[in-house]
Amino acid sequence: MNRNLNIRAGIIVALVLICAYGIIGIPKSLDDVKNNFRKNIHLGLDLRGGSHLVLQVQLQDAFMAEAETVIDRLKETFNKQGIAYADITRNDLASLADADKIQITIKGVPADRGRDVRAIVGDDYPDWLLTPISATDYRMNIKPSAALKLKDDTLTQCMHTIERKINQLGLAESSVQQRGRASAEAELLVELPNVDDPGRVRALLSEQATLELYEVKDGPYTSREEALAQKGGVLPPNSKLVRAVPRRGQDQGFYLLARIPVIRGSDLRDARAGQDPQTGAWETNFVLNQDAARRFERFTEANINNKLAIVLDGVVLEAPTIQNRISDNGRITGAANQQEASDLALNLRAGSLPAHVVFEEERTVGPSLGADSIRSGLIAGLSGLCAVVLFMLVYYRGAGINATLALILNAVILVAALSYFDATLTLPGIAGVILTIGMAVDSNVLIFERIREELRSGKGVVAAVDTGFSRAFLTIIDTHVTTVVSCAFLFLFGTGPVKGFAVTLVIGLIANVFTAVFVSKTIFDWEFSRKRVATISI
Amino acid sequence: MQFFKNTNFDFLGWKWPFIGLSLLLSATGIVSLVMKGGPRYGIDFRGGALMYVRFVGKPPVDKIRSALNKQHLQVDVTEVTGGSVGSDANTVIIGTDVRTDQEVNQARQVMRQTLAATFGGADANVRLDLNNAGAGALADRLRDPLQTAGVGISEPDLQNLASAITSFRDTPPRSGLISGFSSLTSVSGVTPKVLAVLQQQTYLAPFHVSGTEVVGPKIGADLQHQAIMAVLYALAGMLVYIAFRFEWIYGVAAVVAVFHDTIITLGLFSLFNRELSLTVVAALLTLVGYSMNDTIVVFDRIRENLKLMRREPLESLINRSVNQTLSRTVLTSGLTLLTALSLYLFGGEVLNGFAFGLVVGIIVGTYSSIFVASPILIFWQSFMESRKRKKPQPAPASARLQRESVGRGTAKVK
Repeated sequence: MNRNLNIRAGIIVALVLICAYGIIGIPKSLDDVKNNFRKNIHLGLDLRGGSHLVLQVQLQDAFMAEAETVIDRLKETFNKQGIAYADITRNDLASLADADKIQITIKGVPADRGRDVRAIVGDDYPDWLLTPISATDYRMNIKPSAALKLKDDTLTQCMHTIERKINQLGLAESSVQQRGRASAEAELLVELPNVDDPGRVRALLSEQATLELYEVKDGPYTSREEALAQKGGVLPPNSKLVRAVPRRGQDQGFYLLARIPVIRGSDLRDARAGQDPQTGAWETNFVLNQDAARRFERFTEANINNKLAIVLDGVVLEAPTIQNRISDNGRITGAANQQEASDLALNLRAGSLPAHVVFEEERTVGPSLGADSIRSGLIAGLSGLCAVVLFMLVYYRGAGINATLALILNAVILVAALSYFDATLTLPGIAGVILTIGMAVDSNVLIFERIREELRSGKGVVAAVDTGFSRAFLTIIDTHVTTVVSCAFLFLFGTGPVKGFAVTLVIGLIANVFTAVFVSKTIFDWEFSRKRVATISI
Repeated sequence: MQFFKNTNFDFLGWKWPFIGLSLLLSATGIVSLVMKGGPRYGIDFRGGALMYVRFVGKPPVDKIRSALNKQHLQVDVTEVTGGSVGSDANTVIIGTDVRTDQEVNQARQVMRQTLAATFGGADANVRLDLNNAGAGALADRLRDPLQTAGVGISEPDLQNLASAITSFRDTPPRSGLISGFSSLTSVSGVTPKVLAVLQQQTYLAPFHVSGTEVVGPKIGADLQHQAIMAVLYALAGMLVYIAFRFEWIYGVAAVVAVFHDTIITLGLFSLFNRELSLTVVAALLTLVGYSMNDTIVVFDRIRENLKLMRREPLESLINRSVNQTLSRTVLTSGLTLLTALSLYLFGGEVLNGFAFGLVVGIIVGTYSSIFVASPILIFWQSFMESRKRKKPQPAPASARLQRESVGRGTAKVK
């Protein structure tokens, strides 16, 4: 009996030490205690301060871009093979749900070339399904497996681009994850702890940053109508009309640009913010890679005194005149301050987003609110603990001490478990700890009430305690299981902070079964082993 | 000390008044819900933008509201009342109800800008708001002026200085609001020259935005759906578990009791005009599980007594079981209530709805375990017996109340 007791006591002491290590490590000073504690317990965004963003990636952009690429290549192939056609167009996709409904329509192919069209599409475009609408018209739809792959790839690419942008901002411990399936919700969860200026981060994340350099055919015009009028009602082939953004006093206008850009964003090797040595104005300098540099050199040499349009995200930023041959670098002027110039450089370096994003949810907690929340949580926790302990001592007297020890150990195990599992402590998580205290003492009450009943019915002290524990055990399991099951649902359904609550409550309850039964019993047994008792204080 | 020594209340004798009370409470709740057009959903469920703003003095609620209304924004400005110690004082929550994603993004901007314009005064356009700037923005702002003022400072030191100032501002007791420039002298690195530059380049707005929440309407609708599903699944899960441990009629009784708790709690939320947020639903789900506890304890005791006292009529047996467990039920609920109360009183504004839900739910849950779950068992027995009287043959096996845990005897319902 005594040996059994010693083993049990040993287990408990070992557990306490393991927990202490998990929480505060091996401290050498009081400061060490605080630091280790802070390192081991991960605080959620609502306690530490930071931003939590949910973005929905508009995958339909990627589908439309893919369709456009296919259309361009089809037209080239048709031209080369001498297949006449009236038009090849794609439909417009309004929202994410429509992404799969991308469709390319080929009109006006002579009936005798139908076989060639089928051969071309079958060989070169295996991802698309060709169906004839009539003798001369065809329709191409993307195959479901290819659509799924495109969605997954686009989502992953967006995720990586956003990761690069965030990393460049130097935000430690930030994270980007996929939330939901690409096929359905296409959502990304971005967590940015300790971010100073969430508005700036949001702006950065939503810029697609597609940079393109075009040859300027004509312009600027003050409006679309003026441009069309000047060109006799129809735009020349291989050109398009692009809006210019009003900047530095110049009005909004339109430029007539070549349809295909000379330089694309992917040709950039680097981009930096810098200052014009003469004026001190901030600008963004970019450097091209080797192939692009050669192409650009040929272009600029052939186009001296013509204009070059710098187009960002589909809008002309500026259209400077080419003064001499440029090979591998260029600059974009007109930034209002250093931050604007360096943000643009950052976006160019990170690469462009293949599809734009829409913000669905944002929760930002400033560090002051976080610190306040921690304080309120601690005060509520301590007052709850004191109230409960006080009651137990008054109502159950000596046994109340037993319960208090078990309760404290329960809390310690809970915090240590959080540390070992790398779980995040959120504000609802603190509420979970506090609630655990209330529910934990439940088990003790159950056992003590049973013991009192057995004592009343005339049993001896040791027998009463034994019966009390064994009878109450099943009920304790039952009651804990129901709360754990509802916490499981909470975990499945809840978002970050609510998940934190479910996790802390479940861990607390499991730890409680151990402390209320094993530890409390050991303490009673230890008391009995010291001296023969006729009564116990309960 | 003992509260409930050998009590012998006739709970089931009083079942009609208590059922009446339950119906009354439920009806009040439902009427309130219907009259107010459903529960008051927080932005988690309906979408919208919320801003927590702390003011130096008492927040000028009317001024805020009218300034924002002028910007065509319908806002709800509530002062934070419940919650803790000092740090929540003088805080308002500005909420706006928005329908589309674009509106949501704009609303946030507009709120920020209007606050700056209304309370920042002339300085807002020229200087940096020190009470709302981030460390990075502060460093950017101070870089050149410090150079001009002849304060040589390296870039890493500048970043550290900016961080030190913002950390100083954000820790309690200032909690985001610096009231005077002179208090900054205690921050390391703030020399008189630096202080002069600060006073020239920045100003101290009388408010501090401590948090924002923006939820798009699509996510709001999704969450609503998920919340309802989660509660229904949890109830179903409980039914299955209890039916498995006891008998299915016990499961039904327990679920009806918990369902009754949920209706009354929702009704009280509506009555007191409280918002339903994600954390409130979390509280409700926790209660579903917790409220089962008391019910299970009583059922456990009933089952034990059925084994021991085979000749006793069901009604007095249930009465005795409830009395035996009364002490334990009231005590445990009371203790959990104590901790929920301390959360409600001291836990701060963010957790206030959650804590209210817990407090109400625990009280109602305890009441229902004692006065609602057991009568259902009695009703089932009477129903079964009246059916038996109509059919002289023994009732089919499926109508038996007891199965493996009980044998023969007069107390059993067949």
